[in-house]
Amino acid sequence: MKRIEAIIRDEKLTAVKEALKDVGVGGMTISEVRGHGTQKGVTEVYRGRSYSVDLLPKIKVELVVDDKDQDTATKAITEAARTGSIGDGKIFISPVDEIIRIRTGEKGSSAV
Amino acid sequence: MRRFSFFSAMLFILIAISTKVAFADEAVAIDTGDNAWMLVSCALVLLMTPGLAFFYGGMSSVKNLLNMLMMSLMCMAVMSIQWVFWGYSIAFGPDIGHFFGSLSMAGLHGVTPESMSGTIPEYTFIMFQMTFAIITPALISGAAEGRMKFSTWLIFIPVWGTFVYDPVCHWVWGEGGWALGMDILDFAGGTVVHINSAAAALAVCIMLGKRKSSNINPPCNLPMVMLGTGLLWFGWFGFNAGSALSAGSSASFAFLITNVSAATACLTWVICEWIGTGKPTLLGACSGAVAGLVVITPAAGFVGPIGSIQMGIMGGIGCYFGATKLKQAFGYDDALDVVGVHGVGGTIGAFAVGLYSTELAGAENGFFIGWDGAGISLLGRQCVGFLAAWAYAFGVTMIILLILKAIMGLRTTEEQETSGLDISQHKEISYHLELEASGNLKH
Repeated sequence: MKRIEAIIRDEKLTAVKEALKDVGVGGMTISEVRGHGTQKGVTEVYRGRSYSVDLLPKIKVELVVDDKDQDTATKAITEAARTGSIGDGKIFISPVDEIIRIRTGEKGSSAV
Repeated sequence: MRRFSFFSAMLFILIAISTKVAFADEAVAIDTGDNAWMLVSCALVLLMTPGLAFFYGGMSSVKNLLNMLMMSLMCMAVMSIQWVFWGYSIAFGPDIGHFFGSLSMAGLHGVTPESMSGTIPEYTFIMFQMTFAIITPALISGAAEGRMKFSTWLIFIPVWGTFVYDPVCHWVWGEGGWALGMDILDFAGGTVVHINSAAAALAVCIMLGKRKSSNINPPCNLPMVMLGTGLLWFGWFGFNAGSALSAGSSASFAFLITNVSAATACLTWVICEWIGTGKPTLLGACSGAVAGLVVITPAAGFVGPIGSIQMGIMGGIGCYFGATKLKQAFGYDDALDVVGVHGVGGTIGAFAVGLYSTELAGAENGFFIGWDGAGISLLGRQCVGFLAAWAYAFGVTMIILLILKAIMGLRTTEEQETSGLDISQHKEISYHLELEASGNLKH
């Protein structure tokens, strides 16, 4: 089982959600986050005074999938979230030791 | 016979006096139309202070937002009481040396339901002027964003009102005031309200010192600034058209002129920044609208429509540079640009009255209208008026602040400023997100 953590543009959330639904990956957790990578931030001017806003708002999508679904899911996210400009985000993938469904106590793949 | 003629003469005099009194009573009979409009104006002007609170609050850091709102609200609370106790008497009581009124009307002593001010009951006039005495110290608060002890601010309001606002109000509008005697024109308070508060704001930001650069944040809520601008623009109709003190054509004239100037300066500011920094901003449009309202305040009942458009352009350009360049050039930290907008705008307005005022509006002709010596004389008197207000308000505010600094201190600690004045001065914050608010209720 793999945990997929994708940092995407906030305006791409709907597209990513739809794309994941289309390939049959259900269930995700999202959060509003702030950060920056290569995209260094923007400058805003208020009454002639410039402020550099370097931590930009992004959306973090987290989901856990079976090993076999990893490529399908990441492909769906990549395609849906890409604009081609700096600031499109990143995907991090890591192994998951165990999953437990709290309601039933099921473990492993059947709990995904 | 001699005796008889003496009595008849006395009788004649008495009859003459009583007729005169009766005639005088008739002359100052209440005009209910005037009074109705003035009561509405009182409410309109009072609403400007919460409007100003939103205007300033939206521009401050989110951690100082409540403190910013509170500073304005406290002016409503404190000045309303100060005005009744002695403020009205110092501003409008019997003149002493052309400089301030005596305390003989303290506690509104001698004001009865029959007392009239022109065609309106004196009670209405007292209430109308009270709303001006409230918003003027509130305007100062923008300079103090994020670094003034709340306790000191609370003491500063009535002390400043007593020693700066009330006397300057008496000079310009009080019976016997020297500026009124010199025929210096200030229709609705360009000098009394805007220059007065801006000179004080300059003293406040110099005495407080600069904010730490890590505490200087972009505006926390621009929609709130827009809300404040809308309330200010709306309330300003009471401020300017109400200053006609009647519901006649002078009020209608001032109402129209006020709107035209605000609109012009709003557009002018946006064009200036579009050229200057590349983008038109909402904050710029809001700032421009307020600049246009400030600049027309001393002139609203005196200048014509085209004059008001020219004044709006001057105000838009002048205040744009005032707010974006002036403080950087001189290095004082006037956080929300009280000097840049109200100081520059108020001064341009007071000066431009000498250029554009017109006989059409019942005033004397300004220089650009009459092109004669009378216009130059008016221009000169206007300059005397605003220079005196700048000097007096700045000087006396400095003295007040020096005394308050020695007694109770002016500035919050660095630690308090870093955590924000909302939490350090008031122990509350603006927004509790659901997650943060999940703490247990303690009684």
